[in-house]
Amino acid sequence: MITKAPRIVTSRVDLDDSFTLERYLATGGYEALRKALSMSPADVAAEVNKASLLGRGGAGFPAGRKWSMLRQAPVRYLVVNGDESEPATFKDHMLIERDPHQIIEGTAIAAYATGAVQAFIFCRGEFALGFERLQQACNEAYEHGALGADIFGTGYSLDIVIHPGAGAYICGEETALLESLEGKRGFPRIKPPFFPAAVGLYGEPTVVNNVETVSNLPWIISNGADAFTALGEGSSSGTRLFALSGRVEHPGWFEIEMSKTTFRDLIYDPSLGGGIVGGKQLRAFIPGGVSAPWFGPEQLDLGLNQDAVGKAGSMLGSGSVVVMDSDSCPLRVAWRITQFFHRESCGQCTPCREGSGWIEKIMYRIEQGLGREKDIDLVLDACDNISPGLSWPPKQTTICVLGPSIPSAVVSVAKMFRDEMLVHVKEGGCPFPADSVRHG
Amino acid sequence: MGHFSADNRSKAEAIVTCYPRPRSALIPLCHLAQSQDGWLTCEAMEEIAELVGCTPAEVRGTATFYDMLHTEPVGRHVISICTNIACMLAGAYEVLDHAKSALGISVGQTTADGEFTLEEAECLAGCDHAPCVQVNHRFFGPLDTEGLDSLIEDLRSGRLADTVPAHGTLSRVQRKVGLPAAASKLADSQASNSAPGPISGPVPA
Repeated sequence: MITKAPRIVTSRVDLDDSFTLERYLATGGYEALRKALSMSPADVAAEVNKASLLGRGGAGFPAGRKWSMLRQAPVRYLVVNGDESEPATFKDHMLIERDPHQIIEGTAIAAYATGAVQAFIFCRGEFALGFERLQQACNEAYEHGALGADIFGTGYSLDIVIHPGAGAYICGEETALLESLEGKRGFPRIKPPFFPAAVGLYGEPTVVNNVETVSNLPWIISNGADAFTALGEGSSSGTRLFALSGRVEHPGWFEIEMSKTTFRDLIYDPSLGGGIVGGKQLRAFIPGGVSAPWFGPEQLDLGLNQDAVGKAGSMLGSGSVVVMDSDSCPLRVAWRITQFFHRESCGQCTPCREGSGWIEKIMYRIEQGLGREKDIDLVLDACDNISPGLSWPPKQTTICVLGPSIPSAVVSVAKMFRDEMLVHVKEGGCPFPADSVRHG
Repeated sequence: MGHFSADNRSKAEAIVTCYPRPRSALIPLCHLAQSQDGWLTCEAMEEIAELVGCTPAEVRGTATFYDMLHTEPVGRHVISICTNIACMLAGAYEVLDHAKSALGISVGQTTADGEFTLEEAECLAGCDHAPCVQVNHRFFGPLDTEGLDSLIEDLRSGRLADTVPAHGTLSRVQRKVGLPAAASKLADSQASNSAPGPISGPVPA
């Protein structure tokens, strides 16, 4: 069902000048920050906690609870994660380019609520235009009195630094992001002890929140937690941005009320995905980023609800949905995913560093028709060495979750498309057409 | 005699003051060096080491971890073609193969005239415009092979000079905040809270 829920984070992004201070102020911008600063930090945090705002980065942890776990200390930091690099995820990219002031305002609200003395917005390096817009918005917010010393005359002061990444998927992992922000290689830190809320940036307690998560804060403060929980269902409240791509007529981002809308609506509704390219059949789809186990046509009627998708054996993750049609080779997609993980493994842990390379090689030779039947069990055995039992959620042999994410696509293909794998082996080649460009 | 120009040296010093610890400025300073030289030279890495208080080897060891930082010269235009799944399903490998033959180079190489370097990129978060391409980290897409040909032609002729600055320029907007007065007030208020937060210094435009 497509509901008439208000657009919370994309209310102004369709306007040509959505990224300017003038447009932001003309559409109610920075009023929520004024309201938040008139409340106590504890009351702001309580409101967000009541809203059940699930983190929009991928793990889906409630933002309010994340804040409440912050260790007491004189110095605390807030870091906003805008390093969006999960394949087929492009919602934060759009928010950064189209509504940077909303991110700045949300960041200031979160910093006030958590008692942070300094905030950083970590912007993926490849988003050059987005970085420029964020920096411009930050400059304008200072001039407007919404940042810096004595914000709006309330006595509260905050500095935000817009920090550029330099191209590394792993820096989206929060502890790797903090290492990168400290000027080092993006090596994830082991938890415990390095939970950012306890031992984060420079060893101080640190909150790391996603760009879309903080973009929800101005609306929640302005409209109240009750208005937010009136949308969605259960703990999946509010709206969420979904990034739809692959073999659909209208790839794009869509802000949708949580739970009410199904994958079928998202992919087929004329106002959303518009169906499969050329009216072909759906073969499979990835419901939440390349770390997520795949779904087939039988899961199309699941609601876009974090718990429901979890129970069905996958995750909503980063909110990216990739559609494969009857022409798409599922092995090729799975191979490309393993190649991605192999390239992006930071190299600290042996199962991930070595395993990703082996898995990629085996998947490549099966897809190319150079594999043997026993390669199917071999590749699953290599996956099992990274994530024993190949269960969901996956078991972990590594410092971070990149390693255990590698098997998802491979295991999905082995479960759903074993016959197609065997055809590759027996025919000595791929039975599907090459992916080609739509010209014109 | 440093490697950074006088203007960039003062920008670099201002960037260092944005952070509670100087080492945090390492990556922003690598971007600044690339904006000056197009790539990250040994001399720049030595000066960055001095500015952030580490060794040149630590700068190199960090820089080589990141895809955007080039420790070898690259062309004036770095064309990055995404081949990750959303772009692949839209025919990105066809576009990549076409780019190789149109430019006469392989992935990772630079044309003899120094105009173009070709890269295969991981997902660039432009999947709603697949197949998508970046030139010096500015987005183009969806592109078919003809679209790529005209993009290359427009870059060669300089028609896109306004949207695509020379390689290495991450941001044409500088941090202007922490206006001198605001910075000192911020210093006072943070001192009175005894919170040792960082103070942003004035940054030359």
